[in-house]
Amino acid sequence: MNNKVKINIDGKEIQAEAGSSLLQAALDNDIYIPHLCYLDGMKEPHAGCRLCFVEVKGLPGPVTSCTTKVEDNMVVRTHSPDVDRLVKHAYELIISTHPIVCKTCPANRSCALQDMAKELRLPLKPGKLNKILPDYPIDDSHPLFILDPNLCVLCGKCVFVCNEVEGARALEFLFRGISMRIGTAAGLPLAESTCTGCLKCVDVCPVGALSRKANQVQAG
Amino acid sequence: MSNKVLEELKIKGDEACGCFRRETASYIKVGAATCGRSAGALEVLDAFREAARENSVKVTISEVGCMGHCYAEPMVEVRKPGWPPILYGYFTPGKAKALIKRFFLDDDPGLEWAMGAMERNDLIPSVLDTPRFGKEYRAVLKRCGRIDPENMYQYIANGGYEGLAKSLEMGPDEVISVIDKSGLRGLGGAGFPTGKKWKICKMQKADAHYVVCNADEGDPGAFMDRTLLESDPHSILEGLMIAGFAIGAKKGLFYVRNEYPLAVERIEKAIENARNNKILGDGVLGSDFSFEVEVIQGAGAFVCGEETALIASLEGNRGMPRPRPPFPAQAGVFGKPTVVNNVKTLANVSYIMRGGAERFASVGTGSSKGTALFALAGKIRNPGLVEIPMGTSLREIVMEIGGGVPPVVKASELAGSVPKRVEKKFKGVQIGGPSGGCLNEDLLDTPVDFDSLQSSGAMMGSGGMVILDEDNCAVATAKFFLQFTQKESCGKCTFCRIGTKHMLDILEKFAKGQGSEQDLENLESLARDVSMGSLCNLGKTAPNPILSTLRYCKDEYRAHFEEKRCPSMECQDLIAYYIDPKLCQKTCDACVGSCPTEAIFTRPDGIKAIEQEKCVKCDSCIQACPPQYDAIYKVSPIDDLPEEAKNAAPVQDGKT
Ligand SMILES: Cc1cc2nc3c(=O)[nH]c(=O)nc-3n(C[C@H](O)[C@H](O)[C@H](O)COP(=O)(O)O)c2cc1C
Ligand code: FES
Repeated sequence: MNNKVKINIDGKEIQAEAGSSLLQAALDNDIYIPHLCYLDGMKEPHAGCRLCFVEVKGLPGPVTSCTTKVEDNMVVRTHSPDVDRLVKHAYELIISTHPIVCKTCPANRSCALQDMAKELRLPLKPGKLNKILPDYPIDDSHPLFILDPNLCVLCGKCVFVCNEVEGARALEFLFRGISMRIGTAAGLPLAESTCTGCLKCVDVCPVGALSRKANQVQAG
Repeated sequence: MSNKVLEELKIKGDEACGCFRRETASYIKVGAATCGRSAGALEVLDAFREAARENSVKVTISEVGCMGHCYAEPMVEVRKPGWPPILYGYFTPGKAKALIKRFFLDDDPGLEWAMGAMERNDLIPSVLDTPRFGKEYRAVLKRCGRIDPENMYQYIANGGYEGLAKSLEMGPDEVISVIDKSGLRGLGGAGFPTGKKWKICKMQKADAHYVVCNADEGDPGAFMDRTLLESDPHSILEGLMIAGFAIGAKKGLFYVRNEYPLAVERIEKAIENARNNKILGDGVLGSDFSFEVEVIQGAGAFVCGEETALIASLEGNRGMPRPRPPFPAQAGVFGKPTVVNNVKTLANVSYIMRGGAERFASVGTGSSKGTALFALAGKIRNPGLVEIPMGTSLREIVMEIGGGVPPVVKASELAGSVPKRVEKKFKGVQIGGPSGGCLNEDLLDTPVDFDSLQSSGAMMGSGGMVILDEDNCAVATAKFFLQFTQKESCGKCTFCRIGTKHMLDILEKFAKGQGSEQDLENLESLARDVSMGSLCNLGKTAPNPILSTLRYCKDEYRAHFEEKRCPSMECQDLIAYYIDPKLCQKTCDACVGSCPTEAIFTRPDGIKAIEQEKCVKCDSCIQACPPQYDAIYKVSPIDDLPEEAKNAAPVQDGKT
C-alpha cells in the first residue's frame, strides 16, 4: 500500500504518499504553505480559505494545494507573483473582518492568524482594505466552552468535526454572503442544542472563536 | 422501424390535435404561462369561453404555453376556416367578447387588434415578415405557445417522444455519438460539450448513475427555463429520459426552483401522464429500459444552481459548492456518477434525437451549434423570449428583433397637449446575468456564441440579456449585480464572501460621490483576484459586471468621485431636481400635486420651486410636468443647481 511518489517543491525533492494532497505533503516535509481550513482526515477538502495557493508546472495559473493530489514528478513552486498576490489578498480579506483584540483573545499566542502573519511577514492589518467587523452575540450558554462568532474565520473545521466525527450535528453554517456565521441549527443556545460537550470543535478552532471556559482550561 | 406503443399513442394524438389541424376547424389559443397569466390571460380565456357559449359559436378554446412576446401579453391565436391563423396581442376580456361576435358571427377579424397572420397569405400581412419573427429560429421553442402543455397527446402528435423511441432503438453508445456529433454544448452557462459529459459519466464504474435536470434558474431577469417547463414540459422529460438511457441511469431528478409552482405542477403532470401511458416507468415504450423520475424543489438560493451545490442540496445538505474535480459526472449525487444538464440542453437533446445531428448542426457557428435562447429585458421595445441561431449578432438581436431602445414618451392629461417623445441612446447590453459582462455599442457586432462572448468579456451565462440606455449608469448597474452576488454568495470561500462585500462597499461609495483613485485601483485589484481566487464560478464570475464596465466606462466611474457627477443621472445621491423658472407656467400646478413629500411649493410670483431637503428624487414631478412646458429636469452634480434653487424654501408668512 505504501505507494510513494517523488515530487519537487521549490527545488527540494520530497517523497509523498500517493493520493495525498500537495498541502499535506508539503507540511509533512516542513515546507510552509499558509492554510486555515485544511484538516487531515476530511473526506474532501473544504477549500474555503483560499490561502494555500501554489503553482504546479504544466497547470495554467495558481491552484489550491489542499485540493491538488500529488503526482509523480510534480514540480511545485510555493511562490510566484500570482501566488504571492492571491495569498496576500486572501489574508488581508480575512484580517479585514477579524477584530484584532489579541490582548483579550483566548487564542493569543496560539492563533493561526498570528502564526501566518509571522510566516508571511505581514502585519495583522488589512492592507488597503477597510475593516468590516461583525457584531454578533457571543454564546456562553454552555458550561464548557464559549462561541464568539466575531472571531470566527469560517474555516469550517468545527462544523466538520461536530457533524462528521462526533456526529452531534450541533454546529453548522448559517446565513449567506458576508452574514455567514457559525451557529446551531435552530439558532438555539449551545446549551440547548444537540452538543455533546466533546470539545472537538474547540480543539480544531484555529483562532479564538471557540474556547474553553476559564475554569476548564486546566481540566482540558 | 417504428415503436408500437408510440404509434398507438400517435393515433390518440392526432385525435387530440384534429381540432387544430383540420381545414374546417376553428380554434382559439390563449398563451397562459406565468407571464401571460400575470397579464390576465386566464380572464381572457374565461371571456372567450363565456362569449362562445352565449353566442353559440363552435370553436375549440384552449390554453397553451408562452408565445414568447412579453411586451404583448396576453396573446391569443385565432383561426377560422377561410382565414389564416391570426395572432393578437395586448388582449383583454372585452376584446375577447367582441372578437367572438365580430369574427365568428360577422366575419370581421378585428384586424386593428391583430399583430399579423401566423403564416404568409394573400389576405393579411404576416408576422413572419417582421424582424421579431422573421429572424427567429424556433427549434426548442417550436411547440411553446402552440400546444396545450398539459395534453401529452398534442405533444406526441407534434413529434413528441420520437427521439426517445429512436434512442431506444439505437442503443446508448449510438445515442451518445449522435449527441457528440451534433456539437451540442450545455446551455446552463458553461457550454461544456454534452456528448463528452455523458461519455465521461457512462465510463464510470458504479452500481448506479443519475441524471439531473437543472431547473434552478436564478439569474435576475431570466425565464427561459421556466417558459420551457411550463409550455412544453414533455420535451424536457423526453430529453432527461434520453440522457438517462444513454448513460445507464435508472433514475432522473428534476431540481426545480421553488419559486416556479406552475412549472412544478406541469412537469409533475407530464410525469404522471407519461407513466400512465407506458412512456415512463418499467419497460419504457415497450423496451427493457426502465426509468423513474422525481421532482425536487430547490432550496431557494441562486448558488444551488451551481452543480456541486445543487447536488449537496439534493442530498439534504446546505447548498454549498465543493471543489471540482471530481466533477459530478465522476462523483455526483450520493457519490454516484451524475449528469447534470440544463433545461434548455435537455430540450435540445429531444430535438436532436428526433431530427438528427445534421439538422441541429446545420444551424450555428463552427464551435457553437444550434440555437441560443435569450430573455430580452430592460430598455427594449419588444422584450420577451427569443430563439436565434448561434452566431446571430448582438446588433440583430437588440436593434432588429428587440426593436431597439424605445423612446421615453411623455404625455399629459392637459387638454390639447401633444405627447413628447424623447429618443434615448443605446448604451450597452448586459449578457449572462450577474456573472456576465456589459458590452457597449462598439461591440454590437459581436456574434452571440460561447466563444465570441467569452472573449469580449461577457458570457453566454444562462441567457439573460438586459439592454441599457443612456439613463443607466455603469456604477449603478455594477452595484445592482454585486448586491445580488454578495447576498447570494454561499459564504464558503474568502474571496467571494468578503471580496464581493468590499467591492460592493466601494461601488456604494462611488454612487454617493465618495471615494478616490485609490478606491478605483483597489476595486480593480479585488475584481481581478476574486475572479482568480474564488472556489466556484459564482465568485469567479461575480466581478464581471465590474470588470466589463470598467473596461468601457472608466471615465464614468471617475466622474462619480472626482466631480460628484453621475453622467447618466441615475445615482440618487448625486442628482437634484430643478424647476426652470423660465419654463415654468405659473398657472399650472401639476408638479405640486404629484409630489409625495410636499417638497414643491409656489413662489409668490407663481413659479414653482423645490425645497431640496424634502425632495426624495422619485421623478414624479418630471412625469407630471406637461410636455409643452417641460420645465423640470435633473442636474448632476448637485452643485450645478443655480444658487437660488439650492436653498429655495417657501416664504414663511409670520405664523410659522
Ligand atoms: C452560481 C451558479 C449558478 C448556476 N445556476 C444554474 C442554473 O440555474 N441552471 C443551470 O442549468 N445551470 C446553472 N449553473 C451551471 C451549472 O453549474 C452547470 O454547469 C450546468 O447545470 C450544467 O448543465 P449544461 O451542461 O447542460 O449546461 C450555475 C453555475 C453557477 C456557478
Ligand atoms: S487550505 Fe486550501 S483552501 Fe483552505
